[in-house]
Amino acid sequence: MSRAYPRKLYRDDALVLRCQKLGEADRIVTLFTRRHGRVRAVGKGVRRTTSRFGARLEPFGHIDVQIAEGRSLHVVSQVEGISLYGRRIGSDYARYTAASAIVETAERLTPEEQEPALRLYLLTLGAVRALGDDDDRSPPLILDSYLLRAMALSGWAPALTECAVCGQVPESLLDGVGPQQTAFSVPAGGVVCVNCRPPGAAAPSTATMSLLTALAAGDWKTAGASDGPARRQASGLVAALLQWHLERGLRSLPLVDRR
Amino acid sequence: MYEGAIQDLIDELGRLPGVGPKSAQRIAFHILSAEQADVTRLATALRRVKEQVRFCRICFNVAEADECRICRDARRTDEVLCVVEEPKDVVAIERTGEFRGRYHVLGGAINPLEGVGPDNLRIRELMTRLSGGAVKELILATDPNTEGEATATYLALLVKPMGIAVTRLASGLPVGGDLEYADEITLGRAFEGRRALDV
Repeated sequence: MSRAYPRKLYRDDALVLRCQKLGEADRIVTLFTRRHGRVRAVGKGVRRTTSRFGARLEPFGHIDVQIAEGRSLHVVSQVEGISLYGRRIGSDYARYTAASAIVETAERLTPEEQEPALRLYLLTLGAVRALGDDDDRSPPLILDSYLLRAMALSGWAPALTECAVCGQVPESLLDGVGPQQTAFSVPAGGVVCVNCRPPGAAAPSTATMSLLTALAAGDWKTAGASDGPARRQASGLVAALLQWHLERGLRSLPLVDRR
Repeated sequence: MYEGAIQDLIDELGRLPGVGPKSAQRIAFHILSAEQADVTRLATALRRVKEQVRFCRICFNVAEADECRICRDARRTDEVLCVVEEPKDVVAIERTGEFRGRYHVLGGAINPLEGVGPDNLRIRELMTRLSGGAVKELILATDPNTEGEATATYLALLVKPMGIAVTRLASGLPVGGDLEYADEITLGRAFEGRRALDV
């Protein structure tokens, strides 16, 4: 006689990272939950127009969800919306592409399912909220700030104020700017002094270094005052750092609208 | 594990979307016990679909000639163009009997998480069609989800400078449903899109 699999129910608040079609009308939803980390669950029948909670399982939604544990995939049994940012983000292409890169990063930085990562969860939710609210900060800057801080939470904080190799403050970063330009090495993990500079190190401008420091610290006044060349150079360095640590680039990062 | 042809068939069927190993086995044994004529018809249909079906050179709907049935129909207006994600969306809109314009099938929606950007869709071809000057209204009928909304926003921004009217399909309540069961997003959109009653 077969026995029904005893399903454990749990409730958590979560950010919807991604949806993938499954079968006729279902979706596999990847959720970043507060207490259970990253979870993949099936939303049954959510693609049907008659679905009662399909709209709440759209990407970038902050939801209160009840999940039934399954043998392989969990099943979403109830959903309430807390703040559904999908519509605001979807109606602005720059916000949409930046939010996509943020949720893909969150997914990549949580390789194990059901491993709680509260600080990364709160950081990701904050970044998506900034994109979903009528915040006047530039979406690419929000993305770059998120990437720097997410890397820091994962133990990959780039050295921005002292040499990544010897720990000394490079002359170029001292007050008054020294004779040498700042060198930045992605494999070394950030700024390098003239003695430790490896071949092929980048040479970011002072404005770029100020922007990177401001983005890592959340100094939005300085970040907002930065110019286009500094933003482009900073985003290139952040992307290179992330790719170096993840060993594989994000699919969404080249599609971010930085105009 | 079976041997030879039957296992090959189970393996091939199991590669189809939504068909698991058990279903593949069930379908394979159904084919094995079916009439020869039925199986031949199925095999012919499978071969024909690969040999004869292609994409329409104008709208990229599925067609058996260079141009699809809708693009060849002279009774339809060239002034209204409806943009959809997939050929199956054309069928869904055609079933309404409400639309007499032309279509353009994008081949998906912008989805950075899957690596699908504007260059992976038939947006360049759409812009070429629009530059012809015949189209007066562009209806964006992408799916009412985040990817579909973002794709519609992207297209609206591209088309705006061309002076073509850009419209989006309305979102709202399904016919025959009870208001109390509608979710807050759908009901909110229905409120936004409310219209005056002509009485």
